Amino acid sequence: MRKGQYRFVAGFLLVPVALYLIFVIWPYIQTFGYSLTDWKGQSQTFSFVGLDNYKALFQDDVFLEAIWHNIQFLIFIPVITILLALFFAFMLNAGGRSRAGGVQGVAGSKIYKIVYFFPQVLSLAILAVLFNAVYRSDGGGLLNGALIKIGLVDADNPVEWLNEPNVVLWALMVAVIWQGVGFYLVLFSAAMQSIPRDIYEAALIDGANRNQSFFRITLPLLWDTVQTAWVYLGIVAMDMFVLVSSMTQNMGAYGGGPDHHSDVMSTVMMRNFLYYGKSGYACAMGVVMLLLTLVLSVVTLRATRRERIEF
Amino acid sequence: MGSTAHQGGEGVGRRDLIKRSAALGLVAAPGMSLLSACASGGGGGSNNDEGNTKGKASKDNPFGAKNGSKLDVVVFKGGYGDDYAKAWEADFGKKLGITSTHTGTQEITGKLQPRFNAGNPPDLVDDSGAQQIKIDVLYKNGSLLDLSEVLDAPSVDDPSKKVRDTLIPGTLDPGIQEGKVVALNYIYTVWGLWYSGKLFKEKGWTPPKTWDGFLTICQDAKKQGIGGLAHQGKYPYYINVAIMDMIAKKGGIDAVKAIDNLDPKAFVGSDAAQAGIEAIYEVVEKGLLMPGTNGLTHTESQTRWNQYKAAFITCGSWLENEQLKQTPTDFDMKFLPMPLLSGSKMPFEAIRAGSGEPFIIPAKAANLPGAKEFMRRMLSKEWSTLFAKEANSLTILQDGVDPGVKLRPGTQSTVEASKAAGSNTFRYLYPDWYSEMDTAIQNASNELMAKRIQPKEWLKRCQAAVDKQAKDPASKKNVHS
Repeated sequence: MRKGQYRFVAGFLLVPVALYLIFVIWPYIQTFGYSLTDWKGQSQTFSFVGLDNYKALFQDDVFLEAIWHNIQFLIFIPVITILLALFFAFMLNAGGRSRAGGVQGVAGSKIYKIVYFFPQVLSLAILAVLFNAVYRSDGGGLLNGALIKIGLVDADNPVEWLNEPNVVLWALMVAVIWQGVGFYLVLFSAAMQSIPRDIYEAALIDGANRNQSFFRITLPLLWDTVQTAWVYLGIVAMDMFVLVSSMTQNMGAYGGGPDHHSDVMSTVMMRNFLYYGKSGYACAMGVVMLLLTLVLSVVTLRATRRERIEF
Repeated sequence: MGSTAHQGGEGVGRRDLIKRSAALGLVAAPGMSLLSACASGGGGGSNNDEGNTKGKASKDNPFGAKNGSKLDVVVFKGGYGDDYAKAWEADFGKKLGITSTHTGTQEITGKLQPRFNAGNPPDLVDDSGAQQIKIDVLYKNGSLLDLSEVLDAPSVDDPSKKVRDTLIPGTLDPGIQEGKVVALNYIYTVWGLWYSGKLFKEKGWTPPKTWDGFLTICQDAKKQGIGGLAHQGKYPYYINVAIMDMIAKKGGIDAVKAIDNLDPKAFVGSDAAQAGIEAIYEVVEKGLLMPGTNGLTHTESQTRWNQYKAAFITCGSWLENEQLKQTPTDFDMKFLPMPLLSGSKMPFEAIRAGSGEPFIIPAKAANLPGAKEFMRRMLSKEWSTLFAKEANSLTILQDGVDPGVKLRPGTQSTVEASKAAGSNTFRYLYPDWYSEMDTAIQNASNELMAKRIQPKEWLKRCQAAVDKQAKDPASKKNVHS
């Protein structure tokens, strides 16, 4: 680097780094401080309780179950979303009938690309309203209404989708995946278009079929983008606060039902923070969440590390 | 994404940068909401400045509210709207020359928690709704003014009486924390079952007084394709109204106190609790619930009931106001006390009744004299009538409405029910004292209504919640006597 360049770069970084320290790092430190107290959230009077909150945390069945739910989201949401998005993106870009002229997408791929992106423009709150209408527990719900019409469900006993312990997590995942696929489809499409055509054409000449060209060419060359998608979807899976709190059975506040079967870390934390007034305890949960996400992001980046192909 | 990434190891590759920033985002994003909530301001001392807000006290103005001072009023804008508060504020300005800043909101916690923490709360708050700041939490933090000064002041209507003697007996109780009234629960509410007078007339049903009669109507309704009982399943609070009322009426006030006072036999070993929950479970077992009601929100469920899809629904008396737009004009909404099991200790007319919608004065309010005077006037006949007119509900002031105000059928029926009940009213206090125990009981009820647990398991779970709460040393200070 040329002389003086570091000073130049540092000059630009000063303000953003200062902002980051004040508004992100300092609150983390504060949170950790509060997590060692019995703070109740509404005033500045509290006393120091050491690690009691953390000890209690590991005996709190609701919180432990919530971690487990986050882990399930963490496994299934990225995997399913990425697989679906990859499949659709491949079909749109390189899945058409192979012709002499080269590689192209299925018929009408331009329209599909736009249509698939629609759900992404909806806010989470609207998504919740929409899927509440889909899962509504009486004949007025989209699913129940349809199933009753075709005689699969008894009108007197409609399925209470979001009130079924074994269904509720999946019902939430469907909503998230439905919304996410379109975005990652566009992301993967863009990446696929930058893969040189001649690689495909060469493969085609060598007699590769669709599967082979996908697994041998497309996927390896997309790996970086998939990795990025994984991290973003990880963020979604670690959060889930909006959908859980506005769609599921109410456990005092912030959803989480039935019987805490859909509680995630963030809903349990907010319930303790505001509704039960156990704010210090909730801060301990926040610290645990931070540690888990840190571990997670390190693991994700390590596990998906691959050799790069330059083109 | 095409060109190079690595050039002799110098500088950071573009892709690496994206990845790293994404990883940072993964760490930061879920934390954000917590952080903004946790990062509280630095305390700050009391900001009531007596010099600015304290005026001269007189007979009409016992607290010395100062002409020309300002009052900061925050009102929960929910089922009752906030027009009533605007009407009060206008009158307050006219009579005392105190201008009010009015905030009508549903986000009480979001707007006020930072202010409480920073030590500059408003002067008067209607701390209600789903996002209220729990009174027990505020009290434990020493943020609430003891209201005894207001309650012992002379009444506006009759200065020879203290304010507290003009109220319906018992209505101050839910605002008591450790023996002090710290919240004024202003609205008088009754809880129980509701039905459509029109539907009942059409079907030839008479409002049942016994549980057997109730079940007979539900069964008849079911035969005609109407649901028996509807409840607002997504919020198990509502079905607990029915369950806990059954227990109270069967076992009398002792059963209520056993639960509030965290008796080791509040649920398991209590005949009343067992009979109550078994009665409700009968409705579930016989398929007399409105189909799907367990998963519906309060508006969805109540609207179905308004469409004659169910014979009964459980609710408090805000129901009529809340369903104003959905209720057909000839619906003829009626209130019904919970029907009786045989051998009940309370009469049929007994109802859960009491005050709700807690108004508080923060201890650190800037204009304490103004806030106290405002609250004193809320308990005058003039303002109580204003409230009834704007919000169509009753207040805790005895005979607090001018007879000239015509009430809607549902509200009228609650007035009659309340008269018939006389002193036979009861009220559970545990939801105000122990949010966590309340949640556990609601959770158990949700499982029972979905038929995933039986009454025996319900009793066990509730008892476990009670026992857990009893271990908290702070709970010894709360006594329902």
